[in-house]
Amino acid sequence: MDNNLSSIKDLSPDLFQPALKEDRDSDRIRRPSIKYWPDVWRRLKQNRLAMVGLSIIIIMLFMSIFGPLFNKFSYYEQNYDLINNHPDTVHWFGTDELGRDLFTRVWFGARYSLIIGVLAATIDFIIGVIYGGLSGMATRRIDNIMMRIAEVVYSIPYLLIVILLSVAFSSEGAGTSMFVLILAMTLTDWVPMAILVRGQVLQLKESEYSLAAESLGASKGWILRKHIIPNTMGPILVNITLTIPRAIFAEATLGFLGLGFQAPRSSLGSLANDGLAGIAVGNAYQIIIPALFISLIMFAFNVLGDGLRDALDPRLRK
Amino acid sequence: MSRYLLKRTIMSIITLWTIVTITFFLMHSIPGDPFRKEGKMPVSVYENLLKKYGLDRPLSEQYVIYLKNLLKGDFGDSMKSKVETVNDMIRRGFPVSAYLGLEALLIALVFGPALGALAALYQNKLPDYISMIIAIIGISVPSFIMGTVLIQFVAKNVSWIPIGGWGEFRHTILPAIALSLMPLAYMARLMRSSMLEVLNQDYIKTATSKGISKSAVILKHAVRNAILPIISVLGTLISNLLVGSFVIEKIFGIPGLGKFFVQSINNRDYTLIMGTTIFYAIILIVLLLLVDVAYIFIDPRIKLTKEGR
Repeated sequence: MDNNLSSIKDLSPDLFQPALKEDRDSDRIRRPSIKYWPDVWRRLKQNRLAMVGLSIIIIMLFMSIFGPLFNKFSYYEQNYDLINNHPDTVHWFGTDELGRDLFTRVWFGARYSLIIGVLAATIDFIIGVIYGGLSGMATRRIDNIMMRIAEVVYSIPYLLIVILLSVAFSSEGAGTSMFVLILAMTLTDWVPMAILVRGQVLQLKESEYSLAAESLGASKGWILRKHIIPNTMGPILVNITLTIPRAIFAEATLGFLGLGFQAPRSSLGSLANDGLAGIAVGNAYQIIIPALFISLIMFAFNVLGDGLRDALDPRLRK
Repeated sequence: MSRYLLKRTIMSIITLWTIVTITFFLMHSIPGDPFRKEGKMPVSVYENLLKKYGLDRPLSEQYVIYLKNLLKGDFGDSMKSKVETVNDMIRRGFPVSAYLGLEALLIALVFGPALGALAALYQNKLPDYISMIIAIIGISVPSFIMGTVLIQFVAKNVSWIPIGGWGEFRHTILPAIALSLMPLAYMARLMRSSMLEVLNQDYIKTATSKGISKSAVILKHAVRNAILPIISVLGTLISNLLVGSFVIEKIFGIPGLGKFFVQSINNRDYTLIMGTTIFYAIILIVLLLLVDVAYIFIDPRIKLTKEGR
């Protein structure tokens, strides 16, 4: 047959034409690839409850810094002409039994509660990552011993030890210092973080990229810092968002038991404690307002943590 | 199996000893001693007081004596109360706290898993939303706030429910509800997610395709499997209940152990703080141990892997 090409040299150049531009682009990846964190953020954004939580946290942060500037009262200023003043246009949240403005006091309280929550979570994070990382990278024997120690520490009841330390390290009537509060809260609470990190390390150190790094001569410490920990950040972040409300809750309970800060400083918990007396004489707003803010903070961090967990869960990824 | 039991028991004893030691040295590291402040007392009286409580001996000796007494079940004397020992107070307060705690646990155990199961069965429908709202409230509202809210809105309006006090069943209703809400919410959430997972399992489809009625599938196949994770967190929840009772007993004026504990903190009654802390720790750790052991008996998969080792 004529048009049957018998060999390659029968091909004449005019049988060819340049490829169209569109065809050349056909195997290019058109959409930008979504990286890990933007992807998590994208999925988190779809979770309305988590976004509500995030908004509350941002508003709370803003107000705990700038809220006291919104009116002219200070948190310690006492006004005996205006004691137990119910909320009105001058004192938006009312005044307490010493005539102090509750609006200002609540934001100061929120500031302390948030600082405590964030600091406690940060320290838990640092200790947990170091301890868990070391335990995971160590030999099996050392790992075993380290985990047994962690287990013993963790079975010490959390709030009990917090109360005990606050009693031991605060002189009578002087209140508990921030340092003691944080110390007490982090003493046992780093363990879940350490166990989480260790589990991840044990799993990830067998991964291909750890092997690759190792075969390129990277040291154990380098692999841990540069490869394993960054890949563990997701679950760690979830843990942090759930540690913060736990610390805030513990602090609020301490404040409520009269082991909080020294007056006139206050946290949301001690404000609620001060307000408890108000219930009997019809000043329920004095406890309800701080209580509402404690609950809002707890709610916000809990739903954000849950949302993050869902956003990070590979099983829910489509 | 018995090896695991032995190991767990030994771990529990080590934990208890750690707590006792920490508590003892913490309470003795506080500067000053409990009698200095009590007005001006003659030197001889002061020295006799120190001698009576063994405070004149070296710390290590006091520690050994305290440990020995603990082993005999003696928590020592209260430093502030002249007539009652710490043991008397525990004997008086603990039954009250235990009654309240059990009632709260019962409420949580009945309604928590039920709410969670309901939420899973009607996922993204009204029952789901309602039970999740309850769960979110339970987790975000600390029990002391719940307690005061209940007093404010229920006790003040319902004549037969008292604001506080102790003695009859009606006194226990509000505190038990306030105490139970957190574990209840926690269980509901856990039950919902574990139930959702179970409902997707093949054995549920098998059971349904065999023609078993829907209620039988749910009760006999789904709930029984979904409830396992709840048993595993029961220890933590009981611990939360116990500690939560400090605050609840304070609010409702209940003469339980928690009230003694809070009182001992406010009075700086160090022997009573030590005694109640250690007593709480014993209760907690024994309960945790029991829950762990119970879990092995309930979940056959655990028994197999433990024996396989």
